Amino acid sequence: MIRFESVTKRYADGTVAVDGLDLEVPGGGITVLVGPSGCGKTTSLRMINRMVEPSSGRILIHDRDVADRPPAQLRRSIGYVIQHAGLFPHRTVLANVMTVPRLLGWDRGRARAAAMESLEKVGLTADQARRYPTQLSGGQQQRVGVARALASGPEVVLMDEPFSAVDPIVRAELQDEVRRLQRELGITVVLVTHDIDEALSLGDMVAVMRQGGHLAQFAHPAELLAEPADDFVATFVGRDRGYRALGFVDVAVTPSPVLTARLGESVPAGTGWVLAVDEVGAPIGWADATGWGGPLTDSRLHRLGTLAPAGASARTLLDAVLSSPSRRGVVVEDGRVVGTVGADEVLRALGTLR
Amino acid sequence: MIDSVGWGTLGELALRHLYLAGVPLVVGLLISLPLGWLARHVRWLGPPLVAGTGLMYTIPSLALFILLPLVLGTRILDDANVLVAMTIYTVALLTRTVADGFASVPSHVSQAATAMGYGELRRVVAVDLPLAVPVVAAGLRVAAVSNVSIVSIAALVGVSQLGSLFTDGFNRNAMGPIVVGVGACVALALLLDAAIALLARAVTPWLRRGVPA
Repeated sequence: MIRFESVTKRYADGTVAVDGLDLEVPGGGITVLVGPSGCGKTTSLRMINRMVEPSSGRILIHDRDVADRPPAQLRRSIGYVIQHAGLFPHRTVLANVMTVPRLLGWDRGRARAAAMESLEKVGLTADQARRYPTQLSGGQQQRVGVARALASGPEVVLMDEPFSAVDPIVRAELQDEVRRLQRELGITVVLVTHDIDEALSLGDMVAVMRQGGHLAQFAHPAELLAEPADDFVATFVGRDRGYRALGFVDVAVTPSPVLTARLGESVPAGTGWVLAVDEVGAPIGWADATGWGGPLTDSRLHRLGTLAPAGASARTLLDAVLSSPSRRGVVVEDGRVVGTVGADEVLRALGTLR
Repeated sequence: MIDSVGWGTLGELALRHLYLAGVPLVVGLLISLPLGWLARHVRWLGPPLVAGTGLMYTIPSLALFILLPLVLGTRILDDANVLVAMTIYTVALLTRTVADGFASVPSHVSQAATAMGYGELRRVVAVDLPLAVPVVAAGLRVAAVSNVSIVSIAALVGVSQLGSLFTDGFNRNAMGPIVVGVGACVALALLLDAAIALLARAVTPWLRRGVPA
């Protein structure tokens, strides 16, 4: 879909930002360019919409050389999200999102409708649309940045470190949002980050780049963790890559039934760990009825561990086990308890995989 | 005190003063905008352009009023001499300010505009310029006050405006016109200053909205 053909970027002072890059970004997915600073990932991204011109080689979108199109026209067809959102502070949120449709020559009404629809997609309200960017939080501003990139319905969206300036909780929300939008719209996203965790969790394909603009490895995240091409990639993906690789491993573990009780229900002493649930069967806490019995009260509850959705990866299952006070990981489906799994069951299932 | 001049004359002189100081302010701004942009965006041109235009401010105004007719081929009493001289001073003060104004535009905003598909000129007009308004307006206020002050010197070459009250008072050895002239100059300067401040405020509504708690 987007093809780099031996693309090199050499600056006047002799520094080589990107060196003979060959890369085929598949259409309809998230491809992440990741690497340490100075690896040429941002330069590579910016060559796609001609913010930077390659010194040699070419870049093709749908087999069409980007150099054949006037830069401004090319850029209007490609969505772009940058780190600090880069919103126009002097325009309302709505006017910001209308930017590209207006540049494309759409009339005001059509541009406005497209912008409103785009804002809705990223979860912003009509009231927020009327405000100026500085009146929104950092996370909301970044959402506007995404809405602006999507407003004209581009096929390709470039994202340059889009989430690095927001706190971890908001970042996780935005990552989910981008993943959801990509699936929903079927767009091709090329995203640059220096954060390998972000790359592994967000990328359908990940290109690891190293200093001097070399491509070290281009692979699916699971493959990157399981079979790093060289020492650089192995070091870059991190020390606990074995454990993290479990995030891409599906194991066949059947949850065992668990004793549940509602608040107020009487629990006989010696029952052991009991999982407290609410009216619809969603877990709310664990109670230890080993040396104690009686009606279940709020004060008896221990905090839940992480919950594993049915069909979760080995990593999520193990984490649910390890974070649970009862050492049984709670598996849920649509928020309701299905059963629990133990560490030994997950490990046994892992052992049979290879 | 006013009687020593008369309301009619005072109004007439004040209007001429406003014309001679105000028109060059607008023309000078229009010239400074591209110059300031060049100073900011053409690396090697920046320092000489800013220093060069700034240096023009050091030319004595009286010398300029006398020399310009020779250069322009105008008569010495022609308003054009004063208008051109004041435009030069305005450009001298504003080129650096405009360059600073463009520099105050956050680079990620400018870059985002380019990445959206703005052409260079369209981006400067639609994005960079509005964001440079606060800095440019501050410089414009200084230039306005400076113009009002400098224009009065043109009375020495016979171009009438509020400065004529100084020469008049001096010739007749009367304090009245001089005091009225100073008061009127100060009032005019304050008026222009306030007008620019209000205008700048009106075109930058986004700066007055609160930041979320």
